[in-house]
Amino acid sequence: MASAHDRIDAMVKKYPVMLFMKGTPDQPQCGFSQRVAMVLKDHGKPFASFDVLSDPEIRQGIKEYGEFPTIPQLYVNGELVGGSDIVSEMYIAGELQDMLDKAEMPE
Amino acid sequence: MDLQAEMMRRIEDALPGAKVRLNDLTGTKDHWQAVIVAPGFEGLNRLKRQRAVFAALGELMHGSNAPIHALTMQTMTPAEAEQE
Repeated sequence: MASAHDRIDAMVKKYPVMLFMKGTPDQPQCGFSQRVAMVLKDHGKPFASFDVLSDPEIRQGIKEYGEFPTIPQLYVNGELVGGSDIVSEMYIAGELQDMLDKAEMPE
Repeated sequence: MDLQAEMMRRIEDALPGAKVRLNDLTGTKDHWQAVIVAPGFEGLNRLKRQRAVFAALGELMHGSNAPIHALTMQTMTPAEAEQE
């Protein structure tokens, strides 16, 4: 079984817009995760998500991988963008839209 | 340990001159909101600012039995705070 780090790395590299969250975009299990999922759904571009509540190894591993102790975590083109504060601030400032537009989701 | 005082002390130590406002979101001392105005944020992007705060809080945030489960924060320089 690949390590949590390797599994995360694979997901982050495979999906240019990758959200690690509690729950799923349609059934978020936490307000902060819901906020980021809503921003991404509002933008309308397809994105991949992973429910960390379904996998304790990923739930802990993502904090080490991202050097960021909380969830949700949004990755675009393999880079950590941030949690709900940063994603919200960037969305309000219009910075997130450009970043998302540049992310190429595999067809 | 008074968690709020400890959080305040650590952030002020890590970011000299910081003005910190902490708000217990749920009354259970594990979901916090912070508004931090610090000269030390100058030149740091949003992610680096948050990482600086998380690093200051250290084990209060890391590990499965960390007392702080969620921390939502605004991180501004004094100049940005004036524009708010």
